[in-house]
Amino acid sequence: MSNPLVDMQKPDVIFCIGTNMTECHPVAATGLKKAIARGAKLIVADPRRIGLAEMSHLYLPLRVGSDTALLLGMAHVIAREGLIDEDFIENRTTGFDEFFEHISQWTPEWAETITGVPAKDIETAAIWYGSTNKGAIYYTLGITEHICGVENVQSLCNIALMTGNVGREGTGINPMRGQNNIQGAGDSGALPNNYPGFQSVTDPKHQTKFKAEYGREIDLEKGITKVTALELCGESIHAMLIDGENTLLSDPDREHCEHALRALDHLVVVDIFLTETAKLADVVLPATAWGETDGVCTNTERRVQRVRAAVPPPGVAKPDWWIICQIAQRLRFEGFDYHEPKPIFNELCRVSPIYAGLDWDRIEKGEYQWPVPHKGHPGTPMLHEEEFVNGRGIFSNVHYRDPAETISDEFPVWLTTGRRLESYHTRTQTGRAQGIDYLLPEESLEINPADLERWELTDGEWCKMSSARGSINIKVKATNRSPRGTVFASFSFADVPVNLLTGSGYDPVTHTAELKVCPVRLEPL
Amino acid sequence: MTHIMEIDGIEVTFSEGETILEIAQRHQKEIPTLCYDPRLEPFGGCRLCIVELEGARNPVTSCTTKATAGMVVRTTTDTIEAYRKTLLEMVVSENREVDVSPLRGYASGELADLRDKYSTNGTSITGATSGTSKTDDDNPFILRDYELCISCYRCVRVCAEQEGDHAINIMNRGFHTQITTEFNGLLKDSACTFCGQCIQTCPTGALGDKKALRAADEVVDTIPDKTRTICPYCGVGCSVDILTKDDKIVGIHPAMDGPANQGALCVKGQFAYDFVQHPDRLKTPLIRGTDGELHEATWDEALNKAADGFRKVNAEHGRHSIYGIASGRAPSEAAYLMQKFIRAGFGTNYIDNCSRA
Repeated sequence: MSNPLVDMQKPDVIFCIGTNMTECHPVAATGLKKAIARGAKLIVADPRRIGLAEMSHLYLPLRVGSDTALLLGMAHVIAREGLIDEDFIENRTTGFDEFFEHISQWTPEWAETITGVPAKDIETAAIWYGSTNKGAIYYTLGITEHICGVENVQSLCNIALMTGNVGREGTGINPMRGQNNIQGAGDSGALPNNYPGFQSVTDPKHQTKFKAEYGREIDLEKGITKVTALELCGESIHAMLIDGENTLLSDPDREHCEHALRALDHLVVVDIFLTETAKLADVVLPATAWGETDGVCTNTERRVQRVRAAVPPPGVAKPDWWIICQIAQRLRFEGFDYHEPKPIFNELCRVSPIYAGLDWDRIEKGEYQWPVPHKGHPGTPMLHEEEFVNGRGIFSNVHYRDPAETISDEFPVWLTTGRRLESYHTRTQTGRAQGIDYLLPEESLEINPADLERWELTDGEWCKMSSARGSINIKVKATNRSPRGTVFASFSFADVPVNLLTGSGYDPVTHTAELKVCPVRLEPL
Repeated sequence: MTHIMEIDGIEVTFSEGETILEIAQRHQKEIPTLCYDPRLEPFGGCRLCIVELEGARNPVTSCTTKATAGMVVRTTTDTIEAYRKTLLEMVVSENREVDVSPLRGYASGELADLRDKYSTNGTSITGATSGTSKTDDDNPFILRDYELCISCYRCVRVCAEQEGDHAINIMNRGFHTQITTEFNGLLKDSACTFCGQCIQTCPTGALGDKKALRAADEVVDTIPDKTRTICPYCGVGCSVDILTKDDKIVGIHPAMDGPANQGALCVKGQFAYDFVQHPDRLKTPLIRGTDGELHEATWDEALNKAADGFRKVNAEHGRHSIYGIASGRAPSEAAYLMQKFIRAGFGTNYIDNCSRA
């Protein structure tokens, strides 16, 4: 997030797109509810009539995968109505003239033909967002899990830059991260393109630094992403070490994924349960869980916080860091002689400029948000206040692209996927928590009541849902949350493995899977 | 802009908009409250926070009265203390019990603490009682023991103001006052999201954490140990206290001073913690045997096999045949060492985390 969580109470116009915040980030959503109670306007763009849509003042029910078109239409209106922030554009950005030219062709009427959202509503959204000094954007995987995830994010940046809604209280471009330490995993350098602290592996300066730090030559080019690695399993990838990820259920195209992992000569999985993924491993190593492990996590607003052990682990389970050190030492790797987490975190701080001002003792109370460039620095709750990391904000002349697969006679229904409030990811945790079943006993397919007859389905009965990759059986639930022609299911339940169906395509830059769009066919069972 | 007023004979400064209670608390004045939750709009329902204000005919509730320059306030006179004791006696007399398990909720001991402080047991007043416990609500999380309700409405207000759900409200008046959902039904059928905020703000234990009470099996009369940490679910990073009793996790309290949540939690963070001590947890390393099945092994056996496998693949196919996937769930030390394992160990950038799916 560019802005801190406390800021969520402060915008005058809130634009939520591709985020089901009341279910996926419920506590963050309470901030928005306070802003609305104070009088802020809420614009929600989402294919489904989710909880946020019910709270909104303007709901834009766009067709799945059409976000870029909607945002181009909004940019067109903002420019046409003269709602641009000329000073901001002049002082902080580059490429506006070309962008201005580019968006002149993308009228809201054109956007309506792609998104299905009435042109006048696109205009209203653009005018509200463009007219305010405190406009904030919030998004989640509904923006990024598309083949055009990068263009979607760039489109959001475009409208924020042209209106100057960046770098001040109650503004910003705010992605909500979905896992407790997914931000920290990236910060720590578990990325094929970045060393710790987002230092590019292709920058000679960083190459020299880490060569000295780790005492060996490291490839000068980027590594491959997990998506590519899974595609190469059995061909050029022959061994994997997976820490705490149920890859098989969480990733798209389950059959392909299972095939890939089975093709490995050597698979080591570190986890707290014998997950579907761990069951395929040659070696399974039991890790300590949350509540049993001392360490550091970084949240969605870049806040670096301590996690602490409260109870001993079961059996002989050990912390992940200990397990990795033990394997490394047996391979005679240098620099894995740690006996506690503190020096590991302090090393991460030492090699990462964004953590340079931090250490284990300093983050005791969790008051720092990175970057913290040196000791004594108070941290950075808000990004982009004076300038952008790369100098000027760049306008991107994006084009709308269709999803990897579009509906056809064979697969005439849009399936989109996500989470639900009561379950989390692949339910390795929430599925084992007493009481959750009372609220959410099983998965069901949300379908518009008016679509039941068309596909000869009955509310509460089972149906067969097929995509180009496979079929699953799932119970039908009629609800107006789903628009006509679009259905929704979560990927949480192992007995309804929705990710058997997904995996139609990937964003070419980030390799993020298009989990939000998958054409399917529905048949009664 | 700062102003000056006098509290208990001492001049203090305050800012525009501050209440007498806020200023007094800042100066370590002990003013009793029951309906007060600093996160909520002032309510003035319980009247315990009354203070003497010079020039005012009657005592005023300090939680609702904004300070003005030159005010002279006395927080603890004999008269005020006598009023407070009488108010407390009335409140205590209405409830079936006052001493409740600390596992009911974060604030569940507030009434008992004040009763002890003011040495009152409520027996000087006998008469009607209020509140009917909702025993037919079979939800597994929230106990609705309204016989202990004192109509402070903290639950109703936290649900509306903090959580923004407006799932519960007030029905009837006087002794017939009842906290209820629409049509007096089950929480499951209301707008309730089971975030548990109502439990944690209730000052009497009328609302209780059923799961914590179950986990403890029997009444835990001592306060459980608390360990401050961060919720294991989404990326918001809410601060929580894990409650433990003899190495068993018995519940979760939200951290009222958590920088990301200020006391708020959702159903997962509040109630979905017991996966940690679930019987399904992996307790020993496992190795795939020649029979194709996974078998229990010692750490040495398993770690040797793990290392041997990487050594063998490296020798046969080269260092670009090995890939690491770090967790977005484990702490950063794990992710950092995963990338170091790949980079310092094999000299490649063949490392990723689970953020692409």
